[in-house]
Amino acid sequence: MALILDLPLQLLQIVLVVAIAPLMMGVTRKVRARLLRRVGPPLLQPYHDLWKLMHKEAVVADNASWVYRRAPYALFAITWVAAGLVPTYATGLLFSWSADLIAVVALLGTGRFVLALAGMDIGTAFGGIGSSREMMIASLAEPAMLMISFAVALIAGTTQLSAIAALFSTGEVGVRVSLGLALLALIMVGIAENARIPIDNPSTHLELTMVHEAMILEYSGRHLAMIELAAQVKLVLYFSLIACLFVPFGIAGSDAGPLHLALGILAWLAKLTLFAVLLPIAETSVAKMRVFRYPAFLGSAFAAAALAVFLRFVSRGF
Amino acid sequence: MVGGMSDVAIGLVCIAGFFGIGLSGAVLGRLRIATPIVYGASFVVALAAVALALGVLLGEAPPSMVVLPIGLPGTGAHFRLDTLSAFFVLVVDLGAAAASFYGIGYGRHEPEPARVLPFYGAFLAGMNLVLLAADAFTFLLSWEFMSLASWALVVVHHRESASIRAGLLYLLMASFGTLCLLLAFGLLAGPGAAIGGTAGFDHLTFAHMRASPPAEIFAALATVLALLGAGSKAGLMPLHVWLPLAHPAAPSHVSALLSGVMTKVGVYAFVRIVFDVAGNIDPWSGLVVVIAGGTTAVMGVLYAVMQRDLKRLLAYSTVENVGIVFIGLGLALAFRAAGQGPAAALALAAAFLHVLNHSLFKGLLFFGAGAVLTATGERDTEKLGGLVHTMPHTAVVVLIGCMSIAALPPLNGFVSEWLTFQAILMSPQLPQWGLKFAVPVVGALLALAAALAGACFVKAYGIVFLGRPRTPAAAGAHEVDGFSLAAMTALATLCVLIGILPGVVIDMLAPLTRDLAGSALPAQVEVPWLSVVPIAQSRSSYNGLVVFAFLFCAALMAALAVHRLASKTTRKSPPWDCGYPLPSPRTQYSSASFAMPIRRVFGSVVFGLTERVDMPRPGDTRAGHFRYRLRDPAWRFAYGPLARFVVRGAQHLNRLQFLTIRRYLALVFAALVVLMLVVAAWR
Repeated sequence: MALILDLPLQLLQIVLVVAIAPLMMGVTRKVRARLLRRVGPPLLQPYHDLWKLMHKEAVVADNASWVYRRAPYALFAITWVAAGLVPTYATGLLFSWSADLIAVVALLGTGRFVLALAGMDIGTAFGGIGSSREMMIASLAEPAMLMISFAVALIAGTTQLSAIAALFSTGEVGVRVSLGLALLALIMVGIAENARIPIDNPSTHLELTMVHEAMILEYSGRHLAMIELAAQVKLVLYFSLIACLFVPFGIAGSDAGPLHLALGILAWLAKLTLFAVLLPIAETSVAKMRVFRYPAFLGSAFAAAALAVFLRFVSRGF
Repeated sequence: MVGGMSDVAIGLVCIAGFFGIGLSGAVLGRLRIATPIVYGASFVVALAAVALALGVLLGEAPPSMVVLPIGLPGTGAHFRLDTLSAFFVLVVDLGAAAASFYGIGYGRHEPEPARVLPFYGAFLAGMNLVLLAADAFTFLLSWEFMSLASWALVVVHHRESASIRAGLLYLLMASFGTLCLLLAFGLLAGPGAAIGGTAGFDHLTFAHMRASPPAEIFAALATVLALLGAGSKAGLMPLHVWLPLAHPAAPSHVSALLSGVMTKVGVYAFVRIVFDVAGNIDPWSGLVVVIAGGTTAVMGVLYAVMQRDLKRLLAYSTVENVGIVFIGLGLALAFRAAGQGPAAALALAAAFLHVLNHSLFKGLLFFGAGAVLTATGERDTEKLGGLVHTMPHTAVVVLIGCMSIAALPPLNGFVSEWLTFQAILMSPQLPQWGLKFAVPVVGALLALAAALAGACFVKAYGIVFLGRPRTPAAAGAHEVDGFSLAAMTALATLCVLIGILPGVVIDMLAPLTRDLAGSALPAQVEVPWLSVVPIAQSRSSYNGLVVFAFLFCAALMAALAVHRLASKTTRKSPPWDCGYPLPSPRTQYSSASFAMPIRRVFGSVVFGLTERVDMPRPGDTRAGHFRYRLRDPAWRFAYGPLARFVVRGAQHLNRLQFLTIRRYLALVFAALVVLMLVVAAWR
């Protein structure tokens, strides 16, 4: 009986994260354009873009292998599953226990691995440059991400995202210095992982600065659509992650009624929209970094997260 | 028990079988038929040993003992098969079975089989003997036998000076390791070790050492010595230096055994001595082990990223994985000393699962390197590329191996690293402040190692299998024989299965952790949906099966939806490459250029990186040059000074060679007087 009720709720989340991902990207682009004093594309433009890409023929290089053709689907599936397992509008969903924070982060690592391989498949210099830089960024971002997991898990006593969100949403934990540092670190890591300014520029096609765009340079048509959608879902995933760890308020409990669930969905959408507005504001206020400044940026993320961990040892009150 | 024979007796029969195979290899060595006979027989015997080990582990059989009237007078050679030995027998012989099956096909390309076959059987026998030995004398004898047999396999290609150098270095390090183990056993045998303390040499049996634990200081010293001795075989920093030279020098299926399996015998020696024989250990030695493991993991993978030789890259990655295993072991030591059984069991289970996982994927990857070597004659990644088109089957299984070793879910490498992370997260329970602070840092090191391993294997796979062929040799590659493919496919299947259903293996480890840490993880098979739950569901859980099923369904749905509802048309065209595609395959990213960002970020600190660019002026037609130099810190700070000290000392001593007879006599007289003074002072 419980299964029959729980399964639709889990499926709803899995469908929702994909359904609204392009919209969130649309909000980011619109706000960014307005900040730059441009009119900007309509909010629903990403949906139109995906539709258009899907219905175009895919141009594939002569020497592309199956790795190149399968990678977009694999990447999308991985990102989608990861996003489906992060608590969004309710905690304690049916499959929320099948991957904890570390596993979700590692799943994103699988996606990155697949995409980096796809970048090297055709054997062009740009694909290689993108893959190589992406893996360098990952090697700096992952230790920081793990330290963030540590900081949160030390306070909550668990790495289950659902349990952490349930605990933090009660307000028992309160405002803590270590959580603030962890939030700062997570934002920095999220910026790097989602290829946003100042680490990477999603709208650049200037050869020397591309990272993510360089890896997917050869892609077109339906393959490109899958990759774009995966990037949008990943952004929603990070937004949801920040929301469920640091502002879990309004999230529905595991035995919530329909009203609470509806409220949870509304609260989640509001938080996502807020983040989608804040992100371009942050982006337009800084300049993109040179590639070899990334270690400093991600190193400070790591330092902030490490400080959050060590503060916990100094005093439980932090 | 089968037919009245105890388990350990069956194990000894298997070992005798391996010896027999080695002998037949020596007799038949020059015949063509010898290769399939030797490898086929090894495969069968190894499978029998695997069955034996599985029987002991799953049946939770009590330890069985056998004393043979050979070896030490009055005591004999003790052999014992308990769950710890059984698990490592499983790891060793699973690897041996795969390598033997692979060898049936791969061995045909061996130019001098008579130099491989006799030692192959002997090597397998030696490793298994170490695992069964239950007294210090038999253990050290087997250990040396294993070392020498593997040394003979390292110098098979003896006409290459690199092999000879590798062999020499290996001999040196192996002797050093054995010396350390010898001293460790000496400490553990205790003061009763003076002749006459017990009947015959009984104080050298493990049972006796276990019954009379040494003083705390001796136990701590023995731990350090075991770390040095076993670590030199397993490849801990800075004792790893022989490993990246020796492992690649052997034929590929032997490389797989050296790297995937023999390093595990080193781990076994450490666990046997420290966890089992030495009794309770000071928690601070746990800290030493954890830090040694953490640095080894990061340094190993940093070396690996920089390599261009495929087999050396794999050997360095072994160093990394051994580091990960030792992180788990160190944590287990610390937790056990603090009396936290469940946490210790978790850390031990993580380490043991990683031992098994690494033996699987490292075997697979070395087989893959061997397949590439057979197909192209190249190990240098800069001369490969595009093999995914010519070796499609190998490409698939090696990809699985690369993803497993990069600790990516839903494959097996991730499960053991996830368990290690969970063990690290238990560290706030430790009473010692130093450990509380150090363990999260080691956690960050582990995360760094995992991320760098991802970079390393994107590079290895991307440069070797993807892209365009960089040389005619790579372009003319062909798929390898069926035996090799079958062995690789079997290992890849195991990697996927353990990734999806890790609970089965974790349950198999329960008797081990119960013996060594006094506690075990909750039974995993009974957890609903077959999740992995190290402590409690509310704390952390991971379900490889659900994740795998979700991934599969999501990818299938996405592909179906796109192909049904959207465009299906595909057009082939030359690559776009921003409008400037260059036809030469040399314009691709190379192995060195892929590693460049990581080299820049980490290399200047760790490796003292120096780069020199020689760019001709405009109008000058000579070629430009780019050179970089990395200096291995182990050589720079440990072995270099040591070697210089030895050479300088030797030069000073050299003068003693040219003395007159009177001075020699005076020297002898002085030495005698000094010795007598020492003896007088001692009494």
